Amino acid sequence: MLKIKNLHASVADKSILRGINLEIKPGEVHAIMGPNGSGKSTLASVIAGKEDYEVTDGEIFFEGEDINEFAPEERAHKGVFLSFQYPVEIPGVSVTNFMKTAINETRKAKGLEDMPAKDMLKLIREKAELLEIDRKFLSRSLNEGFSGGEKKRNEIFQMAMLEPKLAILDETDSGLDIDALRIVANGVNKLKNKDNAVLLITHYQRLLDYIVPDYVHVLYKGKIVKSGTKELAHELEAKGYDWIKEEVNI
Amino acid sequence: MNKYTEDDLREELKTKEYEYGFYTDIESDTFPNGLNEDIVKAISIKKEEPQWMTDWRLEAFRTWKEMTEPDWANVNYKKPDFQGISYYSAPNKKPKYNSLDEVDPELLETFKKLGISLDEQKKLSGVAMDVVVDSVSVATTFKKTLGEKGIIFMSISEAIKEHPELVRKYIGTVVPQKDNFYAALNSAVFSDGSFCYIPKGVRCPMELSTYFRINQAGTGQFERTLVIADEGSYVSYLEGCTAPSRDENQLHAAVVELIALNDAEIKYSTVQNWYPGNAEGKGGVYNFVTKRGLCETNAKISWTQVETGSAVTWKYPSCILKGDNSVGEFYSIAVTNNFQQADTGTKMIHLGKNTKSTIISKGISAGKSQNSYRGLVKISPNADNARNFSQCDSLLMGNECGAHTFPYIEAKNKTARIEHEATTSKIGEDQIFYCNQRGINTEKAIALIVNGFSKDVLNKLPMEFAVEAQKLLEISLEGSVG
Ligand SMILES: Nc1ncnc2c1ncn2[C@@H]1O[C@H](COP(=O)(O)OP(=O)(O)O)[C@@H](O)[C@H]1O
Ligand SMILES: [Mg+2]
Repeated sequence: MLKIKNLHASVADKSILRGINLEIKPGEVHAIMGPNGSGKSTLASVIAGKEDYEVTDGEIFFEGEDINEFAPEERAHKGVFLSFQYPVEIPGVSVTNFMKTAINETRKAKGLEDMPAKDMLKLIREKAELLEIDRKFLSRSLNEGFSGGEKKRNEIFQMAMLEPKLAILDETDSGLDIDALRIVANGVNKLKNKDNAVLLITHYQRLLDYIVPDYVHVLYKGKIVKSGTKELAHELEAKGYDWIKEEVNI
Repeated sequence: MNKYTEDDLREELKTKEYEYGFYTDIESDTFPNGLNEDIVKAISIKKEEPQWMTDWRLEAFRTWKEMTEPDWANVNYKKPDFQGISYYSAPNKKPKYNSLDEVDPELLETFKKLGISLDEQKKLSGVAMDVVVDSVSVATTFKKTLGEKGIIFMSISEAIKEHPELVRKYIGTVVPQKDNFYAALNSAVFSDGSFCYIPKGVRCPMELSTYFRINQAGTGQFERTLVIADEGSYVSYLEGCTAPSRDENQLHAAVVELIALNDAEIKYSTVQNWYPGNAEGKGGVYNFVTKRGLCETNAKISWTQVETGSAVTWKYPSCILKGDNSVGEFYSIAVTNNFQQADTGTKMIHLGKNTKSTIISKGISAGKSQNSYRGLVKISPNADNARNFSQCDSLLMGNECGAHTFPYIEAKNKTARIEHEATTSKIGEDQIFYCNQRGINTEKAIALIVNGFSKDVLNKLPMEFAVEAQKLLEISLEGSVG
């Protein structure tokens, strides 16, 4: 589904990603861990197509297509979803209105008619239930005055609405209390199937108890320095990152 | 009189000249350029007005002659040559085109985006129509319903003839002829406009829209509107049209007067979309409007406006809160793009006790435009317990535009409570990327963000107008971000 080859990227002339290789197949869950500033969010942004980030070398294939020249919205239409580490506020635009626009724009790009209001309402109700979101919440302005946890839950609600092929969850667990974490993880697990994939970015192993990854990668200074299974996450939790730094000798 | 002297002849000629406007060929559809007393009289004659109206116009003209064009607004433009304008042209009855194929494709494209029906497109762009049955029947039912309630809604020219006592009693009482340069000019030469009277205790059952009238006569550059809501009545009045108005007339100077008698309420909504000039700042309409309402005891006037057009806008819909407990509201969205300049805002004049005013102004600037809010809140010594709340928000797109806020407060009563809030924000790249990531392209993202920003004002518009206004905002900002 996603194939990244020797990816180098920089922002403001500062090189941040320095040769990333990663392959995610349908049905898989991958976790990327690593200390702050190692480039996790940058990788997510580059996959999603943020313009400030310049790909200086390497390739990104999504479903066999080189997507490097694609605009962010085109990538979204193809099924790439990013749950932001810091979701932005859009004053005056309700969650419902935002979702309606997002879904209909995506449908338009696929040559489909707008979703009938009845279906839209049904979908909203269903997904709000899944994530235990109060419907009143949906008429509030997007992310405005939301608590950290509300923002994250709202990101996953959007994911549920859009049903992407590849969901990148950037530190979705931070800011969530244990109950919310369980609800969110449960939502992700329910949406998971053999045709889609999840890329979890986190630096706590806590989330991985709920959403169990098939592979764990450690990102350090813009490179994946170690890959393994769920055990690697436990090891990191127990020993911290220092041993990795020593091991890879950076 | 047996001796007919040369003096007599001269005298007779002079009066005859006045009577028939010798200087001006009354039969022609357009008067020669320039403005003098003869032209003013000729306009009045052409419109078959009574003497008092002619005199009123002349009084205005004489005042105007002594006035100078104001230049305090934060706008720059080449001053119009007032002697280079023709002050009368008959409503154009003949269609300009035979089919839509002849109309500017850019205009048609905009119509399409606004979702305007083919028939309406033809009407608006001056194409010969074969199917008019529909709109005629709508207008007829409309007139009948109003008539049953005793509501008068007609062009001001008709009203001057059919209801002279009402017009004479109220015209110029809120915006006097000498009020300002443009109001004086309008008073002297106003071409046409709307008149509306709601009788005591009547709630107008539908939104009154100039749309129905405009189809019968052209608007003209000096429009005059007079709305009178008698005691305890209510009316919602819609002015303008979301369709872009192309006009050869560069200068537009309208006057709108609203009178809300005791316990009456007037809601006046405007969507203004005059031609703003091209992307290089060439052409475009100068829109210098005087709009003011008077509230008697317990009365309420709300102005809601969406301004997207014109090259230069100068406009301050105001409320005189004369009666105790009266309420004034001003809700405004002003969008400027490319080289547009807008200096707009309101004046709330608190005269009565317990008077209340609310001002919500949303300015959106893009391109190289300049967008200024100018507001005055005045509390007179007798206005005990007056309250005002003002909120002025500016949204900037790009680095080359400007937003300015000039709030003036004059409080002469210690019990006054005045609150003013102002914010300036920019559409962030992060906001746009967030939308993009959800499949929303940049143009649509901007529209969404702008609509969110304007929501408090859009919500004040009547439903169908709000939907059109939303689309209009979208179109006005198209291409404003690279
Ligand atoms: N827009 C930007 N401009 C400059 N530096 C940036 C920008 N975005 C990220 N960086 C830098 O790139 C590095 C990686 O950041 P990030 O990808 O956010 O790390 P992580 O998500 O792993 O904590 C950091 O040193 C950060 O300061
Ligand atoms: Mg990060």
